[in-house]
Amino acid sequence: MNSSVITFPGSNCDRDMHVALKKFGFKNKMVWHNDVELPKSDLVVLPGGFSYGDYLRCGSMASKSKIMKSVINFANSGGLLMGICNGFQILTETELLPGILLRNKHAEFICKNVFVKISDNKNSYFKNIKKKTLELHIAHNEGNYFCSNEQMKEIEDHNQVALLYCDKNGEINESSNPNGASKNIAGIFNKKKNILGMMPHPERMVDVALSGEDGSIFFKNLVNNLK
Amino acid sequence: MVNEKIAIDHGLKKEEYKKICDLLKRTPNITELGIFSAMWNEHCSYKSSKLHLKNLPTKGKKVIQGPGENAGVVDIGDDDAIVFKIESHNHPSFIEPYQGAATGVGGILRDVFTMGARPIANLNSIHFGSPQHKKTKNLLRGVVHGIGGYGNCMGIPTIAGQTSFDESYNGNILVNAMTLGLVKKNKIFYSKAAGLNKPVIYVGSKTGRDGIHGASMASAIFDEKIEEKKPTVQVGDPFTEKLLLEACLELMAGDSIISIQDMGAAGLTSSSIEMASKGKLGIEINLNKVPCRELNMTPYEIMLSESQERMLIVLESGKENIAKKIFEKWNLDFAVIGKTTNSKKIQLYFNEEKVTDIPVDTLVENAPMYDRKWKKSKLPKKNKISKEEFKNLKIPNILCKILSNPNICSKEWIWQQYDHTVMADTILKPGSDAGVVRVHGTNKAVASTVDSSAGYCYAHPLTGGKQIVCESWRNLISVGADPIAITNCLNFGNPENEENMGEFVECVQGIGQACEYLDFPVVSGNVSFYNQTKDKGIKPTPSIGGVGLIQDYKKMITMGLKNIDNIVLVIGKTEGHLDQSVFAKDILNQKKGPPPEINLFNEKNNGETILNLIKKNYIKSAHDVSLGGIITAIAKMCINGNKGIKLKKPNYLIHQFEYLFGEDQGRYIIEIEKDNFDKIKEILTKSSIHYDVLGIVTEKDIIIDNKSKVTIDELNESNKTWLIKYMSN
Repeated sequence: MNSSVITFPGSNCDRDMHVALKKFGFKNKMVWHNDVELPKSDLVVLPGGFSYGDYLRCGSMASKSKIMKSVINFANSGGLLMGICNGFQILTETELLPGILLRNKHAEFICKNVFVKISDNKNSYFKNIKKKTLELHIAHNEGNYFCSNEQMKEIEDHNQVALLYCDKNGEINESSNPNGASKNIAGIFNKKKNILGMMPHPERMVDVALSGEDGSIFFKNLVNNLK
Repeated sequence: MVNEKIAIDHGLKKEEYKKICDLLKRTPNITELGIFSAMWNEHCSYKSSKLHLKNLPTKGKKVIQGPGENAGVVDIGDDDAIVFKIESHNHPSFIEPYQGAATGVGGILRDVFTMGARPIANLNSIHFGSPQHKKTKNLLRGVVHGIGGYGNCMGIPTIAGQTSFDESYNGNILVNAMTLGLVKKNKIFYSKAAGLNKPVIYVGSKTGRDGIHGASMASAIFDEKIEEKKPTVQVGDPFTEKLLLEACLELMAGDSIISIQDMGAAGLTSSSIEMASKGKLGIEINLNKVPCRELNMTPYEIMLSESQERMLIVLESGKENIAKKIFEKWNLDFAVIGKTTNSKKIQLYFNEEKVTDIPVDTLVENAPMYDRKWKKSKLPKKNKISKEEFKNLKIPNILCKILSNPNICSKEWIWQQYDHTVMADTILKPGSDAGVVRVHGTNKAVASTVDSSAGYCYAHPLTGGKQIVCESWRNLISVGADPIAITNCLNFGNPENEENMGEFVECVQGIGQACEYLDFPVVSGNVSFYNQTKDKGIKPTPSIGGVGLIQDYKKMITMGLKNIDNIVLVIGKTEGHLDQSVFAKDILNQKKGPPPEINLFNEKNNGETILNLIKKNYIKSAHDVSLGGIITAIAKMCINGNKGIKLKKPNYLIHQFEYLFGEDQGRYIIEIEKDNFDKIKEILTKSSIHYDVLGIVTEKDIIIDNKSKVTIDELNESNKTWLIKYMSN
């Protein structure tokens, strides 16, 4: 399996993603934002961080980076493209995914473990995961998902919701919503479900010594689904 | 034309100005005066502290680099080394909390990556005025946002810290930031310049007018006009710093750099002079070549600007293009601004005119050094607390009150705003005895903690100085780390005041004695004087940043109780010292008396024995006993492990309150398995260590005695909610 992680100036989870992908069997390449060509990939990842310092709007400048043309073409031809945290923000800025990520409701950065419910498993990312909820980690200032009513209707009509913030028991309620996201949305797909954007960082939960191992479940499953 | 009045306006003393004129054998021009005032102020010259700091133990088997460089370096085996330092950014943070704290983090990060290390952890020690003071809430919020804003963007986890509140900080908060970096032993970079005619290059951000005379401000006493100083606070740009970090590390991978120095306090002035001074060389700079952000900047402004995210590098000749390419890739400014010379002078040119010509040694070796007058503190008399006072007190209520004390309560509201998991190697997060990160790709892990106890230091500086080093040592041992070395940030009042100076001198003596005895040397640090508003100084607050190594991270110990029926022991003797304890101060309102005594022999013996027990896998959980005594420590272990304990009475005569709330030093609480008790007893007895059986782990509740118990939920509630409620009001 070949993967590519794009490094933008200000990306800071690129190495962590590289380590996680390698651990679960991907041959990963790091790709510089100023490159034009994307290496042959089964999966492309836009990692977390503060691309271009998050100046202007989170993800906005990165979405205009040179490499993004190839990334967009890759995704439009059906390639798997995943954006984590700042990567999710870049995906909404490119309009590959609908909506936008606003400032967290308490206007504070949040770094903690959360539970998310897998809302759709008819896709390459979550197909065959037995667990209904995963414990993952979030670390962001702008993770408050928002979109128009029309967009929300479309998202729901096409089962584009990927992950929902929930409590330990899988209940979706306001107290398990860390950042004010509409309908507790933690991650969404495009209509074809080859593009996934999510705020939680599975790459930070790939080792029992870290705060949990549910990230391993995600990556192991992803590799198997791609085989 | 420069005269004495202008010199005094620059913070120089009359006699210092005279010394400058004598050394130069002429009157300095305004740029030269600016340079002298920056180099000779307290912040850069350590003129009041040098004499005392040189007595600190700075050497050891594992020390690769002690004080005097950008940061200290210690050996952690297998060619790996840890670079670390703590630094204050107190004055700017009081004036502009967000930028002050943010640039404090930025500055310490640069000190560490200047040496070739990739930063792997941040810590901080922050101190605010009374929670009731009208400024405290906004200052706290601003500082926390600033620390998070910078560290999070850089992608360096903030793994531990300390927050305290005390009215002595009402007009002068403290913000101390610490960074640890990882480097290969043969790839450490130093600031000493070498070789003649080598290109001097400037990289990073452009120079603006921000922060001019920041270092002088940091050496001034606050008065009502302090708000006018706002323009001297630097503005941070963590994005540029992230680029600078990556670009520097990329250049450092090759062999182009002779020496490198970040532009921190006093900017281009101190960085160029330091490099020249260490290399016993001269430096010539054409100031027209310095990339400037603003129009018509004068030589004075360029030399004294404290714009952030800048570095000065002496390159090998002919490597300019290699370096330039890397910095252009990262979109950073790059300019060859000068060269090294054999003149041993700092010579600056602007518009083809020589604007500065100063021998380097007059700025460094000839800088003033003072043997300030200081007053020795007496050990306060023991306070006689009558047992009558305990009569109507109920332990569960007191415990809950102590757990919600602002200085003891959970600081989750703060550290949840810091990214503490980026880099995916954090194996012990904030809220523990120490933060722990793995050495990437190995089985090793580095533990770090930052501590201070101004209350003890204020009551008796010598004891307080010793205590705080011991507390750092204990915190490292509690997570299973071998303590290696410390960095210190010495926050004090006015050194020209005999009492404040005495506090400094005796705290440093205490720190030195403990470091010496525990073989726990000081490898880096910083002094911040003049922490006071008008004539009132802060409580003496040395912050100690300790670093230790865990050989196998799987052997790391945490504080949460693990298994029902396990035995819980208190290691170290409990005498019941209540003076200066949280119990005495908060519950009985007794503020007098000496701090708990430090016995360095017991401290070392207890600590080393705990490490021995950990290596034998005998310890299931551990926590040191500090503020609030045994009952507070065990309550935290219960909360963390979501387990209870049934307490036993000690088998010697001591009042229950003294036993549970006394703050005697050198103690740990450990959880062990019943089956191992005999073997552990044998080890403890052999090492002549006093221990008490504190109790047995239960499913829930702390059962104190037949009459009283308290549930874990109640404890958790008391501990977690104070800060959240305070910040949301």
